[in-house]
Amino acid sequence: MNDPLPYVLTIVQAAALLLLAPFMVGWVRLVKARLQNRRGAGPLQPYRDIRKLFAKEAVVAANASWIFRFTPYLVFGVTVLAGAIVPILAVDLPLAPVADVIALVAIFALARFFIALAGLDVGTAFGGMGSSREMTIASLAEPAMLMAIFATSLITHSTSLSTIVAEIHKGVLLKPSFAFALIAFVLIALAENGRIPVDNPATHLELTMIHEAMILEYSGRHLAMIEWAGMMKLMLFSLLGIALFAPWGIAGTPGGGSVVLAFGVMAAKLLAIATGLPVLEMGLAKLRFFRVSEFLGVAFLLATLAILSHFILER
Amino acid sequence: MSPVFLAQVIDLLSALVLLLGFGLLAQRRIYALLHLFAWQGLFLAANTAIVAYGAGVRHLYFSALMTLAMKVALIPYILHVLIRRMKIERDVETMVNVPLTLLIGIALVVLSYNVMSPIQEFSTLMTRSTLAIALATVMLGLLMMITRRHAVAQVIGFLAMENGLFFAATSATYGMPMVVELGVALDILIAALIFGVFFFQIRTTFESLDLSKMARLKEDVGE
Repeated sequence: MNDPLPYVLTIVQAAALLLLAPFMVGWVRLVKARLQNRRGAGPLQPYRDIRKLFAKEAVVAANASWIFRFTPYLVFGVTVLAGAIVPILAVDLPLAPVADVIALVAIFALARFFIALAGLDVGTAFGGMGSSREMTIASLAEPAMLMAIFATSLITHSTSLSTIVAEIHKGVLLKPSFAFALIAFVLIALAENGRIPVDNPATHLELTMIHEAMILEYSGRHLAMIEWAGMMKLMLFSLLGIALFAPWGIAGTPGGGSVVLAFGVMAAKLLAIATGLPVLEMGLAKLRFFRVSEFLGVAFLLATLAILSHFILER
Repeated sequence: MSPVFLAQVIDLLSALVLLLGFGLLAQRRIYALLHLFAWQGLFLAANTAIVAYGAGVRHLYFSALMTLAMKVALIPYILHVLIRRMKIERDVETMVNVPLTLLIGIALVVLSYNVMSPIQEFSTLMTRSTLAIALATVMLGLLMMITRRHAVAQVIGFLAMENGLFFAATSATYGMPMVVELGVALDILIAALIFGVFFFQIRTTFESLDLSKMARLKEDVGE
């Protein structure tokens, strides 16, 4: 307990999430723009956007309650907290015993719950519509997410992320259940982050927006925090995916050299995901809202098949 | 190659066969359905070939080859030609509640696992764990025949059922005797041809392959 390094690492990890998330989103946007034959803004554009929003005045509707003002801070706070829990650089960090994967899902659910409340709070039509849609998707995505996580937990006999990472380190898993769980997780991550087949992150078209509709009333520093938290969420889901399915490179024991190596490997993996995501999105068309249930139904099916094939084939 | 690795590959292939069974259940477009069916046949053939190699059963190679010829090439080709001749390639089926169908499918997988697990205990073959998946594939084909209204989709469901039976034979006893297998293969081929004739008859009578219209065959007794 006297070794300060794990504590330092926790802080470094959360700070890295905080500082690198806008770059990742900027990179995704840049790659997407290039794929669409646009020049696109540089990968640093999200930083400028955030700085601009922080400098602006925050306008709050006259009938907004405390929920509306409180939500951005809560969402931002829990996202940073989640960043300290997911093993990004090393396992067995001091905050790791605080929450396992299921609690992590609950933390994301808390943030979503408050955003949905804030969308309803002001009483505009768009906010309510966005909240309703978001909760519809959440009610389908969360069971599927938990199923996918249960599948990896069954394989590794633990719900603690640190143990899962350590177990997967022991041997490469050529298992059908693992592959199914991975595909399910990718589908769910697309839905949870409002990426293309479910929601379009670049649209303010009134009939199709989901996430954007909920936060339409926000401005200034409130909007900056929610946007920033959204960017961190994308990076967190990537990191969670890496931790659950491809954790090679995460340092087993906190030590100087291995952490530097872990940082490099992590950056390479994230860059690969941030390049793969827009390529994937380019190949897909946004689904009609009532088809989203089928999309998430498939994710649920895959996750359940992962669990079943674990019992049927891998005992 | 070590037996453990072979068993892992068999597990992976059988999981893919099951996944394709679900894909058939959820797919709306006719051509895509046909392609999924061909893929299922391909994985089945690969699985059979690996079992043949792993268990050293010579005649299973022949079964694998036959599966490849029949279910990956010939039958999809026949159906392909039929679909093109009848100009129904643009048909998109309206289906009732895909998620519900998938959930029923999952329940069927659980059921077949429960039914098969006592039998698995007796088996000493390297393929014993895939027995439940084979039964589940049969069940999914059956479910597909129940939930679909389009004649071609029902036929593909039937053929997927046969895939499952073949799979079950391979995983339970390393395949049926050669005579039986040849007989079944011939039956399937003839069935595919007869289905073709039926398709044409149904279409000339009802101008559609939607089998729910067959309700019109009822005589109006009351009037």
